[in-house]
Amino acid sequence: MSRTDAERRLRGLLEKGLPLTPRPWQTLAAQAGMSEDEALACARRWQDDGLIKRMGLVVRHRRLGMAANAMVVWDIADKRVSEVGRALAAEPAVTLCYRRPRRLPDWPYNLFCMIHGVRRERVLAELRAIIERQALANTAHQVLFSQHAYRQHGARYTREETT
Amino acid sequence: MTAARTAASQAPVALDATDRAIINRLQDGLPLAERPFARVAEELGIGEGRLLYRLEQLRDSGVLSRFGPMYHAERLGGGLTLAALRVPEDDYERVTRAVNAFPEVAHNYRREHALNMWFVLATETPKRIAEVIAEIEAATGLAVYNMPKEEEFHVRLHLPV
Repeated sequence: MSRTDAERRLRGLLEKGLPLTPRPWQTLAAQAGMSEDEALACARRWQDDGLIKRMGLVVRHRRLGMAANAMVVWDIADKRVSEVGRALAAEPAVTLCYRRPRRLPDWPYNLFCMIHGVRRERVLAELRAIIERQALANTAHQVLFSQHAYRQHGARYTREETT
Repeated sequence: MTAARTAASQAPVALDATDRAIINRLQDGLPLAERPFARVAEELGIGEGRLLYRLEQLRDSGVLSRFGPMYHAERLGGGLTLAALRVPEDDYERVTRAVNAFPEVAHNYRREHALNMWFVLATETPKRIAEVIAEIEAATGLAVYNMPKEEEFHVRLHLPV
């Protein structure tokens, strides 16, 4: 992906987040050294090219009272994992769903999904309902509740430039 | 970070109906437009200034961490992975400090399992992932379990609040 310096600066600025100003692209464009139109065109191109999925909003679940955050991992036969992954992703309570490699012998799980909730009991009840709906009663799985988030910042792919 | 400060920074924040409507609407993403907040404010039936003020408050109270692009790391040429460590209990704090010293660590969670530390690595290039993992192994003296995404199943990321 070829980028001008201004585009690279824009990307770095964008990773820190969109400013809360009436014309956020104008604010960023001024800092990156381009026009507002250029900045927006850049962002549209990135979105069209699929580099950016969407301009989103990152919420902190705990601050919303969603204190229970469970990573549920499953050991699914390789030939079925995509099908089960799609079915779990369609469950409203599931917020993320990925296939990842097993790390045998310590880690036999190859399907990961996240379920957030206000309380553990609620998350576990939701999980029981999912297991029943998806006929996963005989599938080895584990629930890893998080006890604490030690760091949460967005991914940063662009190195800070020292100017 | 002291335990007391951590508890305070993670205490739930009370939201009113307007806050909830704002969060629920914005989880779907912000339009790419000159005045994106004005557009969303109009949809929600509030003024642009009011929406921006509310968002500032939600950001200051820690409910929103940022408004940002959700990147496809691979298409950007970057690397992204989920990694885990099996950390001896009495060494947990030291290892947390060692791991969080790496700017490539985007999230780090303690989870209840023998593999008790889980973190996301985001790097500028895919080959940097292996380098950072080797550096983390050297810094902690522990083996890193690297579990990169092999397939993503799309969910509509929406938590009704």
